Amino acid sequence: MIECKNLKKVYKNGDVETVALRGVTFKIEKGEFVAIIGPSGSGKSTLMHILGVLDTPTSGKYFLEGKEVSRRSEDELSDLRREKIGFVFQSFNLLPRTTVLQNVMLPLVYSGMPIKERERKARETLKYVSLEENKFLNLSNQLSGGQMQRVAVARALVNNPSIILADEPTGNLDTKTSHIVMKTFQELNSQGHTIVLITHEMEVAQFTRRIISVRDGLIEKDTKSNAH
Amino acid sequence: MLIDLFRETIRSLSGNKARSSLTILGIVIGIASVITMVAIGQGAKSTIESNIEAIGSNLIIVMPGSQRVGGISQGAGSSQTLTLEDADAIKSQVQNVKAAAPEASRRYQVTAKGNNTNTQIVGTLRDYLAVRNITMNIGSFFSDQQTKSSAKVAILGPTARDDLFGVNVNPVGQSIKIKNVDFQVIGVTEAKGGSGFSNPDNNIYVPLATVQHFLAGNSYLSNVSITAADQASMTSVQQQISDLLLARHKISDPTQADFSIMNQNDIIATATSITSTFTILLSSIAGISLLVGGIGIMNMMLTNVTERTREIGLRKAVGIRKVYINLQFLAEAVVLTFLGGAIGVLLGWAASLAVNKFVSLNTRISLSAVLLAFGVSAVVGIVFGFYPARRAANLNPIEALRYE
Repeated sequence: MIECKNLKKVYKNGDVETVALRGVTFKIEKGEFVAIIGPSGSGKSTLMHILGVLDTPTSGKYFLEGKEVSRRSEDELSDLRREKIGFVFQSFNLLPRTTVLQNVMLPLVYSGMPIKERERKARETLKYVSLEENKFLNLSNQLSGGQMQRVAVARALVNNPSIILADEPTGNLDTKTSHIVMKTFQELNSQGHTIVLITHEMEVAQFTRRIISVRDGLIEKDTKSNAH
Repeated sequence: MLIDLFRETIRSLSGNKARSSLTILGIVIGIASVITMVAIGQGAKSTIESNIEAIGSNLIIVMPGSQRVGGISQGAGSSQTLTLEDADAIKSQVQNVKAAAPEASRRYQVTAKGNNTNTQIVGTLRDYLAVRNITMNIGSFFSDQQTKSSAKVAILGPTARDDLFGVNVNPVGQSIKIKNVDFQVIGVTEAKGGSGFSNPDNNIYVPLATVQHFLAGNSYLSNVSITAADQASMTSVQQQISDLLLARHKISDPTQADFSIMNQNDIIATATSITSTFTILLSSIAGISLLVGGIGIMNMMLTNVTERTREIGLRKAVGIRKVYINLQFLAEAVVLTFLGGAIGVLLGWAASLAVNKFVSLNTRISLSAVLLAFGVSAVVGIVFGFYPARRAANLNPIEALRYE
């Protein structure tokens, strides 16, 4: 499903070069639930940007569903993100002053899909992440933290992506809500969704079945568990 | 796709109504002032044109030239070279002349029942009615018979009547004194409105022969008004008159002519060019306010892009292509200017009507001005929306998502 071969990423800021990734190689199969863990500055965010084709590596190869995607044009990367990847962001990134339904429909805009069909899909997905139907027409900023995150998950799922990339999805939540959200991810995974999670909390990473530790731009440890 | 674009645009514009409406206001004022200024300019132009046309249609006026005393010009109209015989010759020998009215005019003191005024006494023939488009309000114009017999009869313009007898009084049958000679009033003309040069409503008309015998004491004319058969023949009529009079006055060099010929078209052209300059001046001032409105749009769109950086990042992350982000922000700017344009047209239209009603300046709203204003507002939207939209489309999604 995902294969990285010797990924390197160097940021240039004037004459100063910052190396974020020094050569990362790993593979993620379909249906896996993986946590990428590391302290800040470890390069995990850079890795996630490359996995989410928001960024391209300086060198090395990235295969998504068997296709090399590390050297593509901006529009091709846009299309890949729309078709293959669902993002869940730390700060939810829901559009304010916009209804829940419209937020979930956002990735379907400009897709040529009729508006009725989009709405049907969005409702279906929201039910799938068990958000109460009476919240569908609420404005996104009227929801609680856990509800917002569920809307964000629904938005990530609405396109039937191959992988879900979650960037610190519990970063803004209290422990109790974090548990509920992680349970949701576990459920999604048991339904067959491939999920890659970025976090710096070991506690959160424990919910997954494989933990890749990143430190100083290199993979430090790659452990699989069958904890649940 | 287009419906999506429109929907997204309306959604984000209505998300910040206060700011959207303030931005629109700039364009509204710009467009409204352009429309009003052009309407005032066009109105002035048509007023002047219709005033000139009220003098008569297809009119050519022959005036005596300047008198030269030892090579020193005494000014146009000063010489006494034009006679009734010249006028008759023009009427009978020049082709395509519909009517020719000789005129001997001068200002005299006029009294009636203790009121007195100083006004233009026009001595002429009955043809004058047709040549100058004069219609009678009360009574009748003098007849050819009255001209022949040098009858002491007078026809008053409505303003002259108001001055001598009072507003809307019927003066027919009363008598007036012109230069201490008694005249009987036999009619009043219909009001024509002022024409800038001389106001025909203020004139008093008497038979030409009467003027020559009792008032002027000579047989010279102050001008001859000629109506050409149609617009197309005016140039040839003017040329024929010139040739005829040169021959009659025995002048071989046209530059030494002792008369001058004025053509109504020339007068209109001059007046039109003056009002056009005026319109351009007014509309360029209004255009500047439109430009300022456009810069307001750009300012708002730039703020908008900065404020919605995270939203743009999100849109990019969920795979919306650059071109749609670009189009959306451009569409927002265009919708704003277009709305502003539409409201501006309505407001400008209302303002023109108000000017027409309360300032009694004639205004005319032309379709071309409305279309121009609309076109300009759309162009303003595209031009001033282009840079902010490009900036939005070129944002790096990672940095945009991190933006606080």
